[in-house]
Amino acid sequence: MAGKVIVVTSGKGGVGKTTTTANIGTALAMMDKRVCLIDADIGLRNLDVVMGLENRIVYDLVDVVEGNCRLEQALIRDKRQHNLFLLPAAQTRDKNAVTPYQMKELTDRLKEEMDYVLVDSPAGIEQGFKNAIAGADLAIIVTTPEVSAVRDADRVIGLLETEGLKNPEVVINRLRPDMVEKGDMMDISDMIEILAINLLGVVPEDENIVISTNRGEPVVLRNGNSRAGTAFLNIARRINGEELPLMNLEKETLLKKFKRIVGLS
Amino acid sequence: MRSDSGSSKDIAKERLQFILIHDRIKLSPEEMDSLKQEMLEVLSKYVKVDDRKIKMAVNRSEGITALVANFPIKRSE
Repeated sequence: MAGKVIVVTSGKGGVGKTTTTANIGTALAMMDKRVCLIDADIGLRNLDVVMGLENRIVYDLVDVVEGNCRLEQALIRDKRQHNLFLLPAAQTRDKNAVTPYQMKELTDRLKEEMDYVLVDSPAGIEQGFKNAIAGADLAIIVTTPEVSAVRDADRVIGLLETEGLKNPEVVINRLRPDMVEKGDMMDISDMIEILAINLLGVVPEDENIVISTNRGEPVVLRNGNSRAGTAFLNIARRINGEELPLMNLEKETLLKKFKRIVGLS
Repeated sequence: MRSDSGSSKDIAKERLQFILIHDRIKLSPEEMDSLKQEMLEVLSKYVKVDDRKIKMAVNRSEGITALVANFPIKRSE
């Protein structure tokens, strides 16, 4: 079995890479795929916390690379999805503890056992980023509808191309349909036109994400019917090859509902 | 807060496009402006350009980055 290695990256920090990795990975596992999540943010690990697995870490990525343990010993099996695994980052080391070559070796080994290997990249475009993309077959760029985040996404797309990772796909996170409607937030087509890359999905701003993170349960598991949960489940299905239209992001106002009911629109 | 003139997303888009010109081809705003001026001079030798409506951008599609300049031509009377 040779799975696919997907890196989740963004350039800018705080746009939702870790949340995206956790939810897409969990969603793919819910679809009976064997999935391994790798936290490549050495020194600032967080994927374990978002997944609610922070108390089960014994060994980490650096231990595996340095030969302090076997790969299987470092993998944490998710308590809810038994075909989902996490390889946590080291917290007390820095990004230079691992090389791109070692990362590629690691992901090459993992993809023999898994359908999908998702690598959560650190913010930035330096060593940690280079490690994260080293073994990737596909890149997902996470951005938000802000000038700074889209700018950084553009920069990362350029760098990925230089590294031979063509055709990255974008997830637009934290979209607020009410602000788009008022003309106070860039819309999907604005961003796709500017970035000129494929759209993998759009995730609306949703307070359920905060609640999920508080609890350490990805929203796709805890509340799959929420707006963000639905969006992430759809993204996972697209990654798995399904063709799905974008979900309807508009909130139906009372006036629109009335118009629909009386047949005016 | 309401935006002063037009919607703030248009401002965002415009600023972003301007920033990306610099990021993508490493030209400063001054260099970009003089490129525009020189192109305008050359084109004006042959056609009447409506210089209020010139648009320049750096676009990317299918792995190719391109400088796209739009010089609208005035209709002949």
